[in-house]
Amino acid sequence: MQTLKVRIWRGAENGAFQEFEVPRLESQTVLDVVTHVQRKCDPTLAYRFACRVGVCGSCAMTVNGQSRWTCRTHVDKVAENGTVEIAPLRNLPVVRDLVTDMREFFDKWAKARGRFTGSKTRKDDFERVSPESKERKRVDAGIECIGCGVCYSACDVVSWNRDYLGPAALNRAWTLVNDVRDTAQAERLAAVAGDAGCHACHTHTNCTERCPKGLSPTAGIAGLKRAVLSATLSGKI
Amino acid sequence: MSQRSEVLLWGAQRVSAMVLALCVGVHLVTMIIAVRSGLSGAEILGRTQGNVAWFAFYTLFVIAVSVHAPIGLRTILGETLGWRGSATNLLIAVSGVILALWGMRAVFAVFGGGQA
Repeated sequence: MQTLKVRIWRGAENGAFQEFEVPRLESQTVLDVVTHVQRKCDPTLAYRFACRVGVCGSCAMTVNGQSRWTCRTHVDKVAENGTVEIAPLRNLPVVRDLVTDMREFFDKWAKARGRFTGSKTRKDDFERVSPESKERKRVDAGIECIGCGVCYSACDVVSWNRDYLGPAALNRAWTLVNDVRDTAQAERLAAVAGDAGCHACHTHTNCTERCPKGLSPTAGIAGLKRAVLSATLSGKI
Repeated sequence: MSQRSEVLLWGAQRVSAMVLALCVGVHLVTMIIAVRSGLSGAEILGRTQGNVAWFAFYTLFVIAVSVHAPIGLRTILGETLGWRGSATNLLIAVSGVILALWGMRAVFAVFGGGQA
């Protein structure tokens, strides 16, 4: 039977790669490989997954140096010389093996004021937002983010500046900046300004390149840069 | 530094980059034309000295460099060496002033007739 060599990160920050050999199967995904290792080779291997079909985003890892959803990554596409190297997501503390602590990632969504603030009550009528409006189209372009952390792991600026909010949080802020119902625009623009915010982005586009949903946080961040500068010059923030 | 200042610095760097793109283009084209025409250094100085338009152009060039380079250097120091804070900002401000003085010294030498 054909086999595949797999190097998997073991331990926390100060761990090392451990090598396993697993059967090579047709249409095998990287998540299948990790699951095989845990079920047949070493039950102590820690990893995270849920849906297995590219909906939840919880199986994101670093595969041969690139951040990916392992459930949607076929071994065929990434194996180099019959070998696959699997590590936890970058830029996040490692809990154990392939599991990262995602708290700072989601805390930054909160810091970027990633929650909707409205003015209406349940007694008011629905706000009418035309699907054809410029704002609504911008929201549509970024709203499908499921918070998997792939962009955050792929971002160079996060690795250089630990306070940087990161592509996902800024993408979320951009969708709310374009939400015509939201009433906390000035506070949000102030939250995403400056050295740890949108202006730290160097437009490397790693986030856009790696996003499994095909979103472009880079475009949203560029929009935020313009919106924040405009709000600053007009004295709104 | 306040967020407002950070945003204004970012804006200043973008605007100075636009000015620099124009200035570098004009400067390079002018140099190539001058060299291909076989002008000597003395002949070039003869055309630049006392010429208010070139003086204004190169003064703008120097100002754009003095604004653009220190802001970029500040980001590089912060991201690669972790140097952030008021001491770094002071160092950056001083580097901007030095660049401006250095550049204007050359501008005055070429357009006023002194020694560069």
